[in-house]
Amino acid sequence: MSEFLYLYRLPADSPNMPDSARNMQERLQKWTAWFKELEARGHLRTMGHPLESGGTVVGEGGRTVHDGPYAESKDIVLGYSVVQARDLAEARAAAGGCPILGYGGMVEVRPIRQM
Amino acid sequence: MTASLPDEDFFRRESGRLVSTLTRMLGVHHLALAEDAVQETLAAAVEVWAFRGVPENPSAWLTTAARNRAVSLLRRERTARRFAPEIVRLADAEGAPTESPVAHLPPALRDDELRMMFSCCHPDIPEDAQVALVLSLLSGFSAHELAEAFLVSRAAMEKRLSRAKKMLSGTRGLFELGARDFETRLVAVHRALYLLFNEGYHGASPDAAVRLDLCREALAALMALDAARLPARVDEAGDLTELSRQDRSRWDGRLIARGLELLESSARGEVVSEYHLEAAIAATHALAPSAEKTSWGEIVELYDALLRLRPSPVVALNRAVAIAEQLGPERGLEALRSIPGTERLSAYPFYPAALGELELRCGRPADARRHFRAAHRLARNPAERTFLERRIAECERQLSSGSSPDATRPSSSKLSPRRTR
Repeated sequence: MSEFLYLYRLPADSPNMPDSARNMQERLQKWTAWFKELEARGHLRTMGHPLESGGTVVGEGGRTVHDGPYAESKDIVLGYSVVQARDLAEARAAAGGCPILGYGGMVEVRPIRQM
Repeated sequence: MTASLPDEDFFRRESGRLVSTLTRMLGVHHLALAEDAVQETLAAAVEVWAFRGVPENPSAWLTTAARNRAVSLLRRERTARRFAPEIVRLADAEGAPTESPVAHLPPALRDDELRMMFSCCHPDIPEDAQVALVLSLLSGFSAHELAEAFLVSRAAMEKRLSRAKKMLSGTRGLFELGARDFETRLVAVHRALYLLFNEGYHGASPDAAVRLDLCREALAALMALDAARLPARVDEAGDLTELSRQDRSRWDGRLIARGLELLESSARGEVVSEYHLEAAIAATHALAPSAEKTSWGEIVELYDALLRLRPSPVVALNRAVAIAEQLGPERGLEALRSIPGTERLSAYPFYPAALGELELRCGRPADARRHFRAAHRLARNPAERTFLERRIAECERQLSSGSSPDATRPSSSKLSPRRTR
């Protein structure tokens, strides 16, 4: 078993805010169901955390590089989780059901280096 | 943290509650800011709760978060000094009694949400905009969803809403409603409540509404009678079931009895409102032991009366379906095709679906399939799509076998076109 990091990304300019009570209700239900399924299949190591959209990037000497929370990307990182899977293909497949894909987002799947 | 999800109306209810409460705290001129704060708070709650689970007391969590969000939005406006009084009021609001500024109001208006509802029904705001406003502010519907419910374009709905909100936030009278306003706006509020119910939701504050005697008997009767049928509307698989096929033993007998009682007491008055008629139609359905034994003639007459009071292509559609039951599918089709203003139904899946049902019953499965496919393209949710797929499959089955056995007769109607105009 290998470990992978899921980064939940949304393009900064995407209209990602749920705009109605029904959308919010559905979104929460889908995320909850998805995490449950990851857990049921033995993939979920840690659910991780949601991230605020603010933050800063610090460089050498404590100098502020950016006011935005990201070094390069124009994406907002909504949160992260750690999962386990046999290989990248399996981790990739498990990410395919993530609700963020339904509203313009992406899941970045990164193998965690084991040494 | 609890693992369980809030019930299915949670966000709708909370959205109305929070907008009303923040608007009272901030003043109606900050309506837009209150709305922003609430939307951002609820959206953030979805993200946080997805990862951490729903807190023990989600309403309290949201109240605190929305208030904090409003404070930071006010600060961000950079004119902090000008808004200082509001910030102080918000910061002090925790645990503070909220009755003081409203003590002079009639008891019914002391509830934030009801007060918001009556404010939305300001006489300067056009009636269709009042209802849209209530649904937007108190029930968390998006402009897009409202456009669908009211059969108008999204752009038209956005314009209607923004005009009405501008008007509302300019009235400054949100909390200066008097007993006279209460009386004059009650009709508009009734209508709004009725539409809230008709959309399939409970409205913003059903308990308070009943408790405060807002719902007159006819409206309550309508709610009870329609609600009695709810348990049977969806089958075990979650698919929609037409009225004719519903298991009538699953209708709620207690609610039906209550509805009839209310209808009877409401009929003592002199005025016959559209709610009386809607309730009478619901009562006729509720009293029929089966679809075949329903007094369809009576239902057609009630729809005729309703059309005179409130001409609408959706009411006409319901009437045509009842005619098909009473006089046969060909007559029903004639009635459907002669509805004035059918272009207003062009985005409404129940119109082609009704054409499809009646064509099928006339033994023309190919025509029926064409209409069902058109309806399928307009369907707005998985339940509708599944239902229509089953009907298309039935047409295809009849086309391949060359027969049309009446075992498949889905009789009618309800595919219940919603009675939202």
